[in-house]
Amino acid sequence: MSSFILRRLIIAIPVLLILIVATFLLMYAAPGGPFTSERPLPPEVMANIEAKYGLNQPLYVQIWKYVVGIVTQFDFGPSYIYKDQDVNDIIAQGFPVTLTYGFWSFVVAVVVGVSLGVTAAIRHNTWLDYLAVGVSVGAQVLPNFVMAPILVLIFTLWLGWLPGGGWQGGQWQFIIMPVIALSTSFMASIARITRSSMLEVLNANFIRTARAKGLPEHTVIWRHALKPTMLPVISYLGPAFVGMITGSVVIDIYFSTGGIGQFFVNSALNRDYGVMMGVTILTGALTVLFNLLVDVLYAWIDPRIRY
Amino acid sequence: MALIIGRGIADELRNGAAPKGRSPWQDARTRFFRNRAATAGLVVLILVAIFALLGRYLAVWSNEDIDWNLLGNVAEQGGPNWENGHFFGVDELGRDLFARTVQGTQVSLMVGIVGALVSVVVGTLYGATAGFIGGRVDGVMMRTVDILMSIPYMFVLILMLVVFGRSLLMLFIGIGLVSWLDMARIARGQTLSIKNKEFVEAAVATGVKPLTIILRHIVPNLLGVVIVYATLLVPSMIIYESFISFLGLGVQEPNTSWGALINDGASQMQYGTLWQIGFPLFFFVITLFAFFFVGDGLRDALDPKDR
Repeated sequence: MSSFILRRLIIAIPVLLILIVATFLLMYAAPGGPFTSERPLPPEVMANIEAKYGLNQPLYVQIWKYVVGIVTQFDFGPSYIYKDQDVNDIIAQGFPVTLTYGFWSFVVAVVVGVSLGVTAAIRHNTWLDYLAVGVSVGAQVLPNFVMAPILVLIFTLWLGWLPGGGWQGGQWQFIIMPVIALSTSFMASIARITRSSMLEVLNANFIRTARAKGLPEHTVIWRHALKPTMLPVISYLGPAFVGMITGSVVIDIYFSTGGIGQFFVNSALNRDYGVMMGVTILTGALTVLFNLLVDVLYAWIDPRIRY
Repeated sequence: MALIIGRGIADELRNGAAPKGRSPWQDARTRFFRNRAATAGLVVLILVAIFALLGRYLAVWSNEDIDWNLLGNVAEQGGPNWENGHFFGVDELGRDLFARTVQGTQVSLMVGIVGALVSVVVGTLYGATAGFIGGRVDGVMMRTVDILMSIPYMFVLILMLVVFGRSLLMLFIGIGLVSWLDMARIARGQTLSIKNKEFVEAAVATGVKPLTIILRHIVPNLLGVVIVYATLLVPSMIIYESFISFLGLGVQEPNTSWGALINDGASQMQYGTLWQIGFPLFFFVITLFAFFFVGDGLRDALDPKDR
């Protein structure tokens, strides 16, 4: 197992390097630097500014310094727009928020999705099954940017139960709507995957054996059926994670939660390349790390899998 | 029933006519139309397509003109109204929402279809090639797909839109870049099971070139799975585009799309102008539903495994 983890980590490093270099080149190719404005600066001033940010050096030196800065000091460089903050400050400010509602969304999506799917499979072809399938089909066409306005309409404008946005240090009433909006469509997918996987598992021979031995039904489900059922669910967790990170952009914009997504879109609109690069690379690193975690979990649940 | 059919065939044989076989595609069509939800989905899709193509000729107003009579009091008088020709009401700037919804439907459908086409062409060829050649080439090709999949592409796409300017072309390129990855995996998996069949062996034995084998013998046998998956891909492409447009980074005014319209409507919700979010949302939701149902129906019709 440890050699497997090691090998996966070795693959992860070139992936991240490629991501960093590609992002850097993309930014470099952009027409108009971060300091071009309507009123052009005098060339001497421009040269000074470029020297300060190291933009006058050859491209490979710039990339090298950027990579070394990230690897050795976890330093993503300066923001080109906010003079008093560097990218690390912005990440430190937004990341805890994203992580908080992202974590709860993940928990809700997995717990609700799996229980819905398992219930539907156990009660196959009863009204409970149809209800669960109906809910998951309905939730599938409600991505986060559709859920967000609908939730605000119902809970803020009509019922007045929850605040329509803000964060306030993460009090529970500010977390509820972002979590629901972010998790709904993933919950639906997880429920669908769990249901079909569970149906397949329940037809397997070892389940028949377990029943023939006279085990009570809940032992059959919990001890024997659930573990193999989870395998396809686990392989979906990687894409779901990417989707949630992306979805956080919508959540941050719509609910003004002040997470990382808000900074990303603002920096995109202001052409603040430093922040954009930092956020892209950070989310890329997180995704790679999470995929590694998922693979390890997969191998742990199913010992037949050898890498 | 079987007796009658049997007698019919017997009659034909007696008359000396060759018995008419049914192609697998004919079988699939029969199975598809027996599925009510899928048929209904197909009808909805056709209606939406007609709406997108011909809606322009029904609209009284163009999608750019501002109705100055309503500009100041959209909330009171801007709602859906048959008499002044604003069938869906007007948006917050007094532009006709019917014309804008027609235009947005065109863009959203186009994005979905282009994304699916790219994935069908690129993904199928890539996956079939990797699967057919196998060995080290396969390893490198699929590892590349893995790497590309672990990149938070939405961030990269936003980056590209900012760097190279927002345009429909850029949106297509960005969506095309990511849409083929899943398809490549699916096509490869199918190819692996096809390539050991006798007819491929026969083709190899008679000295057919590898490229011809892939195009003539493998790809046609992948089509069933590819079509099913492409149908399910269209809605996710539509969701991607709407996501980008929701953030205000997609198509530019006066052009619009479902995501942009939903965003506009959501931002005006608190003034009680619910038609502004309602109509685009309605089209968005029914189209996605229809695509999912048609995709499921096609899977049941074309996938011989589940029969």
